[in-house]
Amino acid sequence: MSETTPLLSVRNLSLGVQRKGRPTTVIVDDVSFDVAEGERFGIVGESGSGKSLTLRAIANLLPAGVSVLSGAIHYRGQDLQTMPAKSRRRLAGPEIAMIFQEPMTALNPVMRVGDQIAEAPRRNLGLSKSAAMDLAIDMMRKTGIPDPARRARAYPHELSGGLRQRIMIAMALSCSPRLLLCDEPTTALDVTVQLQVLRLLEQLCDDTETALVFVTHDLGVVNQTCRELGVMYAGEIVERGRVKDVFADPRHPYTKGLLDSAPDFDQPDRELVAIPGFPPNLADRPDGCPFEPRCSFAVEHCRTDRPTLASVLPGREAACFETARIFQGATA
Amino acid sequence: MTDVTAQPEVAERPAVLRVANISKEYQLGHGLFSRFGGAQKTSLKALDGVDLELRRGEVLALVGESGSGKSTLAKILVGALKPTGGDLHELGLADGAGRRERSRRVQMVFQDPYSSLNPRISVGSMLAGLLRLHRVVPPGEVRAESIRLLNRVGLQEDALTAYPSQFSGGQRQRLAIARALAVRPDVLVADEPVSALDVSVQATILELFRSLQDELGLSILFVAHNLAVVQHLSQRVAVMYLGRIVETADTAEIFSNPRHPYTRALIDSIPRMSADSAADPFEVEGEPPSPINVPSGCRFHPRCPVAVDRCRTEDPGLVPVGPGHASACLLAAELPAWGGPELKEEQ
Repeated sequence: MSETTPLLSVRNLSLGVQRKGRPTTVIVDDVSFDVAEGERFGIVGESGSGKSLTLRAIANLLPAGVSVLSGAIHYRGQDLQTMPAKSRRRLAGPEIAMIFQEPMTALNPVMRVGDQIAEAPRRNLGLSKSAAMDLAIDMMRKTGIPDPARRARAYPHELSGGLRQRIMIAMALSCSPRLLLCDEPTTALDVTVQLQVLRLLEQLCDDTETALVFVTHDLGVVNQTCRELGVMYAGEIVERGRVKDVFADPRHPYTKGLLDSAPDFDQPDRELVAIPGFPPNLADRPDGCPFEPRCSFAVEHCRTDRPTLASVLPGREAACFETARIFQGATA
Repeated sequence: MTDVTAQPEVAERPAVLRVANISKEYQLGHGLFSRFGGAQKTSLKALDGVDLELRRGEVLALVGESGSGKSTLAKILVGALKPTGGDLHELGLADGAGRRERSRRVQMVFQDPYSSLNPRISVGSMLAGLLRLHRVVPPGEVRAESIRLLNRVGLQEDALTAYPSQFSGGQRQRLAIARALAVRPDVLVADEPVSALDVSVQATILELFRSLQDELGLSILFVAHNLAVVQHLSQRVAVMYLGRIVETADTAEIFSNPRHPYTRALIDSIPRMSADSAADPFEVEGEPPSPINVPSGCRFHPRCPVAVDRCRTEDPGLVPVGPGHASACLLAAELPAWGGPELKEEQ
């Protein structure tokens, strides 16, 4: 990965909310990660950790009022921030696509789903109307939608949640993007349907070697979908590494707390240990480690100094001063 | 699960609530077109002949996908909905008990603590109103009782003067639980009480439910879709599919020896945290059909990977398949053992 330019490179990205007469609130702070071609990178965190905003910054879909304060997002070596708006828009579809959590609100309710899927290939690939519709129906077939020619004429409200999410996937993949951004794509679905959709995403991305950035709060889903993982807390990535390694042997107290508090189907008798306290108010961010107020291992300098991601194991980084002391004796 | 060993076996405990052959039907087709077009009236069967018993001091989990009728059943149990048919027995209720006494006995905790608390009423007056209405304590002790309730759910006295908006999601769910406990209920019906909460907060609320069961002896009906949570908290599980209960058993039994293909599929669908998901999962096709068009025969047969011909015509009832274990599958006895390789051949 180091020799070649990664597909996506996020460097020291900070996002903030600016309001008149108030100091800027930093909500994503100094986030960096790389995604290679065909790689699957998961971002987990609780609500308010900044995981969805990080994804939206890549897609250039930040909500009004939120802006990039500093840092850079490079796609195939091109800086997305400085790129003219027109060229950046041209990336949407053939290069970068996104799948949202709620397919009902992300789809146009007064447009037939076939037309919605065909819209991007017509514009981006210059296909004729009928060729684009053929492609749309083909995409619908690939996503496992039964009777695609008939379903293409349906409106979103006529379809079930699972089918709508398949339409979203068909839409996102219609121009064969190299990078697919997923924002909790299965959270609104039932478990049996979630399994189908995850398998489908996996299979389609394998077939086309599409890279994935997958945002979720579900530790099980990230374990089943991604290879690499970033754990976000209070706007920062606090730990990064391979999913299986991080889950087996976390090296940041927050990651450990998160894993200890989640019920694990394979360890039914393990007692759940909640993390005490609450995430910090981002408008009043602590000077030191953002996890310090909730961390049972914190010492004096955790309160005053801010740890940054540093290598703790081969292929693993954690933003914790005390990681060596806390996890001593723990072996990978 | 280990906490209940000192108490009598769940199976031997008396029931506190029992529903027999409960059904809930909604009439459809009152729209403009059907009125003039003379189209046939259709109905949606949200519940179709459900028998269920909640026993004293147990946590019974009701699981199923959306549209399975689990929330409808929960609402019928608290009396918020009237069933179309069948009986609701509130056991241990004095004869001639009024509406107020009934509503006191069974309390509900809702999924979304952001919409289930009135934003304009302070915590103190919310609790005081209930304590006064149900005359739980003499008027002079209302404040002391409110503080006791807050402490019970892990909140402090200073919450009395605060409004719901000043609390986080987890704290709000604690308030909703304190509100339910105020009238000293026997039964708590909790409809997805942790699914709107973050993982790290979820654990504290689950522990709270467990302590309510242990310390107050509450019977809890826990509606959930997250099986890892269910496995952690409940002693018994009832699995619902399209308005019916398709399998019930003790928690350990149902997860180690499921006797209905749907239960099996649900378990295989869990995204595993520490293990790989089943390499060869018992995967079902498609999505639950609409309760307007319930399939003939076994209602699960169109999605069932092991269905045979007679599943298309025969409608299986819930029959015992082991001690405290019942399944509504014609092939319950023949289902391959958990993780068995025979499975693949049958498919």
